[in-house]
Amino acid sequence: MAEQLVYTAKDFATDQDVRWCPGCGDYSILKQVQSIMPELGRSKEDIVFISGIGCSSRFPYYMDTYGMHSIHGRATAIASGLKISRPELSVWVITGDGDALSIGGNHLIHMIRRNFDLNVLLFNNEIYGLTKGQYSPTSPEGKITKSTPVGSIDHPFNPLKLCLGADSTFIARTMDRDPKHQREILLKGSKHIGTSIIEIYQNCNVFNDGAFEVYTDKATKDDEVLMLEHGQPLVFGKEDDKGIRLVGSEPTVVSLNEVSKNDLWIHNEHDKFKAQLLTSFFDDPSVEGHLPRPFGVFYSEDRFRYEELMESQIKEAVEKKGVGNLDLLLSGSNVWEVA
Amino acid sequence: MSKVVEEKKEVTIVFAGDSGDGIQLTGTQFTNTNALFGNDVSTFPNFPAEIRAPQGTLAGVSGFQLHFGSVEISTPGDNCDVLVAMNAAAFKVNFPRLKKNGTVILNTDGFNARNLKLADYDVSPIEDGSLNDFRCIQIDVSKMTRITLVDSGLGKKEVDRSRNMFVLGFLYYMYNRNLTATEEFIKEKFSKQPDLRDANIKVLKAGYNFADTSETFTSRYNVKAAQLKKGKYRNIMGNQATALGIIAASQKSGLDLFYGSYPITPASDILHELAKHKNFGVKTFQAEDEIAAICSVIGASFGGKLGVTASSGPGIALKGEALGLGTILELPMLICNVQRGGPSTGLPTKTEQSDLLQAMYGRNGEAPIPIVSASSPSDCFNAVYEACRIAVEHMTPVIFLSDGYIANGSEPWNFPTKDKLKPIIPKIKKEKGQEAYLPYKRDEKLVREWALPGTSGLEHRIGGLEKENETGNVSYDPDNHQLMVEIREEKVKKIADSIPLQPINNGVEDGDVLVLSWGSTYGVVKTAVKQCVEDGLKVGHAHVRYLNPFPNNLGDILKDFKTVIIPEMNRGQLLKIVRDKYLVDAKGINKVKGIPFTTDEIIDAIKLHLKD
Ligand SMILES: Cc1ncc(C[n+]2csc(CCOP(=O)(O)OP(=O)(O)O)c2C)c(N)n1
Ligand code: SF4
Ligand SMILES: [Mg+2]
Repeated sequence: MAEQLVYTAKDFATDQDVRWCPGCGDYSILKQVQSIMPELGRSKEDIVFISGIGCSSRFPYYMDTYGMHSIHGRATAIASGLKISRPELSVWVITGDGDALSIGGNHLIHMIRRNFDLNVLLFNNEIYGLTKGQYSPTSPEGKITKSTPVGSIDHPFNPLKLCLGADSTFIARTMDRDPKHQREILLKGSKHIGTSIIEIYQNCNVFNDGAFEVYTDKATKDDEVLMLEHGQPLVFGKEDDKGIRLVGSEPTVVSLNEVSKNDLWIHNEHDKFKAQLLTSFFDDPSVEGHLPRPFGVFYSEDRFRYEELMESQIKEAVEKKGVGNLDLLLSGSNVWEVA
Repeated sequence: MSKVVEEKKEVTIVFAGDSGDGIQLTGTQFTNTNALFGNDVSTFPNFPAEIRAPQGTLAGVSGFQLHFGSVEISTPGDNCDVLVAMNAAAFKVNFPRLKKNGTVILNTDGFNARNLKLADYDVSPIEDGSLNDFRCIQIDVSKMTRITLVDSGLGKKEVDRSRNMFVLGFLYYMYNRNLTATEEFIKEKFSKQPDLRDANIKVLKAGYNFADTSETFTSRYNVKAAQLKKGKYRNIMGNQATALGIIAASQKSGLDLFYGSYPITPASDILHELAKHKNFGVKTFQAEDEIAAICSVIGASFGGKLGVTASSGPGIALKGEALGLGTILELPMLICNVQRGGPSTGLPTKTEQSDLLQAMYGRNGEAPIPIVSASSPSDCFNAVYEACRIAVEHMTPVIFLSDGYIANGSEPWNFPTKDKLKPIIPKIKKEKGQEAYLPYKRDEKLVREWALPGTSGLEHRIGGLEKENETGNVSYDPDNHQLMVEIREEKVKKIADSIPLQPINNGVEDGDVLVLSWGSTYGVVKTAVKQCVEDGLKVGHAHVRYLNPFPNNLGDILKDFKTVIIPEMNRGQLLKIVRDKYLVDAKGINKVKGIPFTTDEIIDAIKLHLKD
């Protein structure tokens, strides 16, 4: 129905009151997601949002599409079943750092290796928001929270590295405070055919305010944020005066006063080896000599999708054996008759 | 030497050997041949406790029990008439169940010093007089097989692997059966290995001829065809019948089948069977764990498919939270539990009925789920079909209970044709109506409408949070929660109006003792009750298929008897539910040994209660 495809962002809002804390980063993400929906080129009824449990997982209630708010950690598994059985749908998974990486860690990695064509928005606020502020698997070491009054002794996950380790075919990072970048990455993710993992740094202003401040604050962000662009050199800094160069296999910050742009690391989304290095740009920004944090598409690759192979196996079976005949199935091949 | 032919009404044979001896295959072949001949049959494979137990040990013994006859056969038999033992360990494990004056067929090669030691025998039972009261046929099966295949060019290992065919041929002669069905089977199985095909057929025939010419025994047996109900039959195992029932439900409801599961004994064979039938549009998904399995099913069901998962107790425990989600979402889905001994990993290869309370109550919150159980291998088909029908027509998860005993057992099945199966009508809302779609608006059965993604104008959100009546919007209103809990409960209760009334399956309609059973105890209770009635006792038998909700008349039936006894392979689970619901002073007969009841155990219990 062509006329229906002319949507605006408003068409995707529901009549439900949005219930995040005032100032929560989730609002911005909701807004950007609603704003890119008309650009998917899909009818509203063909879009499904599935979430787990957490503040972020309230998301589907606010999207006027089909949706399910499920149970903690399992949105990925539910979406897998939906995608296998309805490959034609546009499926979006909404999950938090606890939901995806703690209770749902197993489903996440298995979904990734199967590479269903769906999109995962991982709202990373480095905290358990809904349960009121315990540390999460992405909270940094030493983090003081309600459950770690003298500091966390858990080593955190590096989410994108984990996903790439599971052979992800698309990983990207963006942040709530940069709507333009968010839009761009959401659109890129939506166009990727396969599982696209988009980690979104999201500020929980109630329980973990400022966790990503260095990447969003005007005073620091230029020196801390490394924007990745396919085919472009890795340049950052207030005056675009710094760059990353590979010395051997060691990424090194260089001054563009000394090194020419042409000698910098040129970002190639399809280079898996370099993507692995890029995911390792994960230094604590307070440590002297740290690398900047990359944002953008780290890696993308075209690999077969589970649901497509499943369809083709079914097609093949039908071609070989014909459409299943129930009566023949029930009788089997060793029948006897009692007269 | 010519042999006398003796008529037998029924025979129970136990085949036993190492798990590498091809015992299950031998048993299955002998069963199929007898079934095709027209006998009624019932089988019970007894798998080794440890799959990788060392050769020749007691833990590695694999058994296959077959009861066949010209009369109605309801159980695999308590004790056996014939024991075929391929080695000393197999003999030791099964000998206690051999009837007085029964026959043992021994592979003498399996009783050498090493075998005896592994089976903890100081003196061979062949020599110490243990077999004096029995008829003992000794054959060096290994040697006979090797002689038969001396020119085959096959290696020793391959030669020895066809020993089971010698035994099978021997028994075919003894029981007057022809070799055709097994020959056909061998031809198909080894269609790509002609040398193995020829070797197996040669050994099969050698065993047959050896029985004919040797003087190891003097009489052959004749077990006539049984007077089964008119119709077409095939032999079927429980898990296979379960798989076919699920496919049938998918076909009749017009809903494609999505099956998500994680392997576990004894449920995996359902996955194996379904995976073969992709040409029925069946999608099977081997998930990373049981939680993912049921969650994938929830996703598929939301997408409008017939979502099915299966597991055994430990896996069902993992599915608990998602079952609650299925319940509050009110989406159709089927959860099969092929029960085994528990708790924890328990007895993976042994049977038990100890997950009824888990099925009934094993979720947080008030989360009623309908339960349907199967009573025999072939009955798995009808029971699981009914379970799917209830799930789809009442928009609810349904639990189907089977167990290891019927899952792996087999019997003749008077299979239905497609047109004889009850219709299954999904409540799918096809298009937007005049009014806005309310996902939790209900019909008179309290069933909501199923709106599938892809349907324009019906976009809606569902979730695990309590929902407002009709709209489905999140609601924390106290009165609304009370209302919704009651509605979900009432919806399940109302299913009782669309299931058959409880019959008295066997015995008297009212009297002294009612034996109330469920699940795989059907055959043994039926046999026991018939025996008691023949002995002049006033005993009835009601076998409950629908465990939640119960048939509307079950309470009345209980009142028609002075005493109600409930035999179960658990510590009294149906007993608890029945006592709770009907306030009757029912008594339990409870066995948890990983093996089914014997007929005598049930008869003794009935008689004990008659005295009270
Ligand atoms: C099985 C289960 N365990 C625990 C919880 C409690 N719980 C709800 S959300 C949550 C953590 C949420 O953190 P995250 O996924 O990071 O989401 P956020 O609230 O930060 O968006 C926890 C522990 C639950 N709902 N279910
Ligand atoms: S607790 Fe934090 S994450 Fe949750 S809604 Fe409030 S600000 Fe947002
Ligand atoms: Mg969080």
